[in-house]
Amino acid sequence: MVKINGTEYDIAGKTLAEYLETTSYDPKRIAVERNGEIVPKAEYGKTVLNDEDTVEVVSFVGGG
Amino acid sequence: MGIPSKEEMQQALIKRQGKDLQEKLENSTVAVCGLGGLGSNISIALSRAGIGKLILIDYDRVAITNLHRQQYKASQIGMYKTEALAENLKEIAPYVELKTHTVKITDDNFEELLSEADVICEAFDNAEAKAMLVNGVLEKLNTKYLVAASGMAGLDSANTISTKRITKNFYLCGDGVSDVANNISLVAPRVMICAAHEALMVIRLLSGNQEP
Repeated sequence: MVKINGTEYDIAGKTLAEYLETTSYDPKRIAVERNGEIVPKAEYGKTVLNDEDTVEVVSFVGGG
Repeated sequence: MGIPSKEEMQQALIKRQGKDLQEKLENSTVAVCGLGGLGSNISIALSRAGIGKLILIDYDRVAITNLHRQQYKASQIGMYKTEALAENLKEIAPYVELKTHTVKITDDNFEELLSEADVICEAFDNAEAKAMLVNGVLEKLNTKYLVAASGMAGLDSANTISTKRITKNFYLCGDGVSDVANNISLVAPRVMICAAHEALMVIRLLSGNQEP
């Protein structure tokens, strides 16, 4: 299971890009960390999610 | 009464905040990216606390529609925010060292602009700009601390705004959801609360405390 923002998903083996396509996140407004490290934007397509990974997708909203 | 000497200001800070913290803050450099509701308030809080050097970055000018939440004066409308804020900070804390950059921060220039900073504050209002800077800093300046903000629009409770540690060096303040795009306004106290979260996290990090 892959834990994303606190929820477990049965998506081990999929890439981060494949997961993000199933969500409503705007790719231009997010930063993604996996197991404590930032995932560079250019590597979303080759980042394979592994069993027991912990992922946090930070989605920014406007205002400041 | 004239302006106090640098030594008098240092002594006052030691009296209020302690010698240890005063020395740590005086020897630190913080970059503030965006000088709107977040950045102008963060800069004032850090200057008052005795930060040694601030790098202030914004390409915009003070507009009448900024005055409801940003730390500028009606007399400063039309000035570059870098210049107006530098003027205001020097009135509050005459010995803070300021470096201003009146430029738009992009993927191409952020590394050079921020290379000197011990801590980087993201204080933009645009969500895509926030994401650009956060991704860039975490990828390319990953030894620095980054304190960012997301979600402080509207009139929700102050108590929904918090500081979270996302990675080892990345802290995020705000409620995470209140988007100015959803036709909700920004009101001074809620933006100031979020700015205060950022400024406090900066001071905690510089004091050696990494807990959010």
